[in-house]
Amino acid sequence: MAIYALMRSSLGLLHGLKCSFKSVGQIPYGAATGAITQAKGLQNARCYSVNHLSVQERIEKKRKAALTGGGQLRIAAQHKRGKLTARERLELLLDPDSFVEYDMFVEHRCSDFGMEADHNKYPGDSVVTGQGRINGRLVYVFSQDFTVFGGSLSGAHAQKVCKIMDQAMMVGAPVIGLNDSGGARIQEGVESLAGYADIFLRNVMASGVVPQISLIMGPCAGGAVYSPALTDFTFMVKDTSYLFITGPDVVKSVTNEDVTQEELGGAKTHTTVSGVAHRAFENDVDALLNLRDFFNFLPLSNKDPAPVTECHDPRDRPVPGLDTIVPFESTKAYDMLDIVHGIVDEREFFEIMPNYAKNIVVGFARMNGRTVGIVGNQPKVASGCLDINSSVKGARFVRFCDAFNIPIITFVDVPGFLPGTAQEYGGIIRHGAKLLYAFAEATVPKITVITRKAYGGAYDVMSSKHLRGDVNYAWPSAEVAVMGAKGAVQIIFRGKENQAEAEAEYVEKFANPFPAAVRGFVDDIIQPSTTRKRICRDLEVLASKKQTNPWKKHANIPL
Amino acid sequence: MQRCGVIICRYSTVYDPNEKTFDKILIANRGEIACRVIKTCKKMGIKTVAVHSDVDSSAVHVKMADEAVCVGPAPTSKSYLNMDAIMNAIKQTGAQAVHPGYGFLSENKEFAKRLEAEGVTFIGPDTHAIQAMGDKIESKLIAKAAKVNTIPGFDGVVKDAEEAVKIAGEIGYPVMIKASAGGGGKGMRIAWNDEETREGFRFSSQEAASSFGDDRLLIEKFIDNPRHIEIQVLADKHGNALWLNERECSIQRRNQKVVEEAPSTFLDPDTRRAMGEQAVSLAKAVKYSSAGTVEFLVDTKKNFYFLEMNTRLQVEHPITECITGLDLVQQMILIAKGYKLQQKQSDIPINGWAIESRVYAEDPYKSFGLPSIGRLSQYQEPLDLPNVRVDSGIQEGSDISIYYDPMISKLVTYGKTREEALKKMEEALDNYVIRGVTHNIPLLREIIVHPRFVSGDISTKFLPEVYPDGFKGHMLTAGERRELLATAAALYVAAQLRSQKFLGDLRVSIVPAESRQWELCVELDQGVHMLGVSRSGNNYTVEIDGEKVEVSGEWNLASALLPITINGKHRNLQFKLRVLSKLAAYLSKHMPEKIPEDTSSILRSPMPGSVVAVSVKPGDNVAEGQEICVIEAMKMQNSMTAAKTAKVKSVHCKAGDTVGEGDLLVELE
Repeated sequence: MAIYALMRSSLGLLHGLKCSFKSVGQIPYGAATGAITQAKGLQNARCYSVNHLSVQERIEKKRKAALTGGGQLRIAAQHKRGKLTARERLELLLDPDSFVEYDMFVEHRCSDFGMEADHNKYPGDSVVTGQGRINGRLVYVFSQDFTVFGGSLSGAHAQKVCKIMDQAMMVGAPVIGLNDSGGARIQEGVESLAGYADIFLRNVMASGVVPQISLIMGPCAGGAVYSPALTDFTFMVKDTSYLFITGPDVVKSVTNEDVTQEELGGAKTHTTVSGVAHRAFENDVDALLNLRDFFNFLPLSNKDPAPVTECHDPRDRPVPGLDTIVPFESTKAYDMLDIVHGIVDEREFFEIMPNYAKNIVVGFARMNGRTVGIVGNQPKVASGCLDINSSVKGARFVRFCDAFNIPIITFVDVPGFLPGTAQEYGGIIRHGAKLLYAFAEATVPKITVITRKAYGGAYDVMSSKHLRGDVNYAWPSAEVAVMGAKGAVQIIFRGKENQAEAEAEYVEKFANPFPAAVRGFVDDIIQPSTTRKRICRDLEVLASKKQTNPWKKHANIPL
Repeated sequence: MQRCGVIICRYSTVYDPNEKTFDKILIANRGEIACRVIKTCKKMGIKTVAVHSDVDSSAVHVKMADEAVCVGPAPTSKSYLNMDAIMNAIKQTGAQAVHPGYGFLSENKEFAKRLEAEGVTFIGPDTHAIQAMGDKIESKLIAKAAKVNTIPGFDGVVKDAEEAVKIAGEIGYPVMIKASAGGGGKGMRIAWNDEETREGFRFSSQEAASSFGDDRLLIEKFIDNPRHIEIQVLADKHGNALWLNERECSIQRRNQKVVEEAPSTFLDPDTRRAMGEQAVSLAKAVKYSSAGTVEFLVDTKKNFYFLEMNTRLQVEHPITECITGLDLVQQMILIAKGYKLQQKQSDIPINGWAIESRVYAEDPYKSFGLPSIGRLSQYQEPLDLPNVRVDSGIQEGSDISIYYDPMISKLVTYGKTREEALKKMEEALDNYVIRGVTHNIPLLREIIVHPRFVSGDISTKFLPEVYPDGFKGHMLTAGERRELLATAAALYVAAQLRSQKFLGDLRVSIVPAESRQWELCVELDQGVHMLGVSRSGNNYTVEIDGEKVEVSGEWNLASALLPITINGKHRNLQFKLRVLSKLAAYLSKHMPEKIPEDTSSILRSPMPGSVVAVSVKPGDNVAEGQEICVIEAMKMQNSMTAAKTAKVKSVHCKAGDTVGEGDLLVELE
């Protein structure tokens, strides 16, 4: 009897025991020749387990259905397009066995247009969400499933995405979205629109709190594009992804332009022309593996310091090649990337927007294991001048670094802002101000190295001492001046003969680092080959830097 | 000699700074040879002046010298060949002597004359010798007179086939019958016996008549499969001359030497002595002073024939220095000052074996080496190895430009035996780090381990014979392949594990993927290999096709070279491959294949260089094979032709442009 009582109570109270009971219950049932009391107990149990079995079966069935998304046919079609399924993508992005899925049983709630029919319900709907680990570090993810209604966004889909975003913000961990969606779930109407807005709001709230990354792995059109646009980084997959507000058909009907999807919103367009996407990768596998590497640069949230990984590159490694990299003729170009690669750990530089506004170089690297943001003028392209696009590119990057405690290292070789009507009409004043604003408001450690030219207003902008640069260095080849010798002489000695002599005098006076050094606008003139050693040492010290800006609701950057 | 049997890669000579030579020497050259000369000058207590073009202003030789003078812009004709500017530099710096190195002005009698007129010593032979040896016909006549073997031949015109047979018999087979007015191989026949001679005579005279309108024929000895062996000579101004043994320089591509060694495996002491004595008698015949080189062709029967004499320091002089212990630059300076040679012929040893590999910035997969340019982003010479000498004039960060010779360095290894020297060379090449430019180390490494090279069975045709379809890179043996794959897999795992190591206090703890087993997929030249890796500490066990390979090493993943122990053996390897997890490899199957660019309608520059001429304009119709433009790169002009018959859509270059590798030149419709 004691046994029986225990059974009863456990059946009623303990869910955990149901499973064990199920297996116990099956075997004695066929072989039940024992005591009646026991048989009665088992009968009761069987009653429960039958009920339970059906639930269990349904669970298994739903899980199985969720795992196959839109079914084998659609999966095959997805593969045929050269794309992986939502789950395959997550499997590749996350550490093995680390994915914890949320809301696998969520289904859409639409009952119009026959959507309520069983065959139109897919457990999990058109997105897979959850959290997992990348190299051991926590990340929240969602991956849109193109095999279910073309990955279209339903109310349920949006709700799932919002759930993980909310939790990511509370926990303080980044959100990665893998976008592959045809757009709104038209059958749901305004419900779908509301869903988008719910996500947009969370994108904005999370902005500057946790890093948000979008990887566009298929179509992303219409209102949907604004979620990636609000995140910190948008990456694309070449040939299989595109982003646009309106597709080629609408474009044709409105503006009568003939344009292909690829030309309108392909990876090439957005990484070279529009600047919407930050980088493009060869295919899904390449993109996801790169994303894993990229993730290692980022802190989990704005409460965390820039990550420090194990570093094998000696912090005091001299870089002899830098002593000869700046050509003697100030009109000759060199590749700023050579300097960056030489200085950072293991020559590893994750460049952001490598093909857009190439006159400025931005990206992530490590110095003695610690993530840093690198900004550098690129003399190889347009002499490294600042124009509208490069100012905006630089400004956004600097603000990301500042938001997430990533020290900024700036290499300066800038002849000034680009003159011309195109630039003035385009608002270079407004856009150039963004970069100035971003450097000025940044409170993270800021180290600046003037490698050659630092002329005019552009000198001020490029993380100068005056904008609270913590450590500002000049190489012996540095020239800090209002403008180049020729222009300056034409103004100072207007109409005078002997312009050449005057120019030589100007060069002697200003085309060197001394005018800035004697005023303390640069802290030291350093041998280029020692730059890595100096920066590593400074970062060590600046790691405990504390600086706050005056209280404000939010600042008003000139947008 | 004083140091018989001692392994030396260094000079056995003594430098006495008090020995009066010159106060200051100007080196009219650049790159490694300028650095080489400066090194000896420093040891001798002589001040040095470097000259340089404007792009070379921060070159190594400029930094090494006590003074430097810019002699003009980048093109050599305006700088290193600009005699006026160099004469000015001499005056300006007060240099008492000039060392010309090799190339540039080293064999320019005009330059030597001008120096003489200014009372500046030319460190080299006098103008008479330069002139005499500079002329092919004159030098051959002088050589003949000095009883030096020249290629036997009948200088007169051959009347008929029977006379041809008679002359051929006198010369000895094989013979070459060639048109007197000939060139470019036309009207040329090789005959191995009387019958072939008659036939050859008939064909050649017909061909000569039709090609040149002149059927006169010459006959000379045909040197089949020759070796290129040269004798280093050293002569002073007092009529003394020595031969410093031979250098074997048969490994060549496009008549440029690639690998040299001293001594030669082929020469016996008698032949060596005979060649040496003839070289010396030639030197004496032209009253030669300074270091010089007499080049010979040597046939399979060890008959040797004078080819030409180089009246300068040769590129490959270090191997002679290695086996004789002499510093040739020091000797040249002493001789130029009028010192007598201190050594007797019996003092000249052959100590051990030295091999030189010329490391070039070039792509060995394109006709054994098409020039490549770029910045040496990483550069590390294998100087930590004993008995390795590297003569270079560049360093990390240097630019290899289109203006000058693309040689990166001369890598010389030394050993008691040839085997030892070769082993050392293999090791040195494996430990050489060059990044930023394409280089020919893969080819060099293949040559020095090739069974034919190792056995000494070489000739000037070695490369085209061994690689008839061009050099395709190292063919890995099954064992090497396994080791390489295992290494790649182990390194991948080590790097993956490292990327999980985050330091400092972490707000959210790390959950590392704690696996001890990895299933990987390694891609190596289109081959894909599945393998399993398990790890304990720094030891990795890699399973490939059921075989286990043990890899271990304590790695600094930032280093360009990782010492690796495979199955207990120490190895250093440099290879390119791609490692993916099993999952990533599996999913890669679905990735779309990228459609390669249609290369028939676009013409890209195969190498960096300058555009000499563009022969089409947009709208022109071109035929397949028609010349579209000419690209010049480092002494070579390359004609770029249309891959199909089409209309020219657009032209993206013009004569005088500088283009990079892969730059678009012309588009066809």
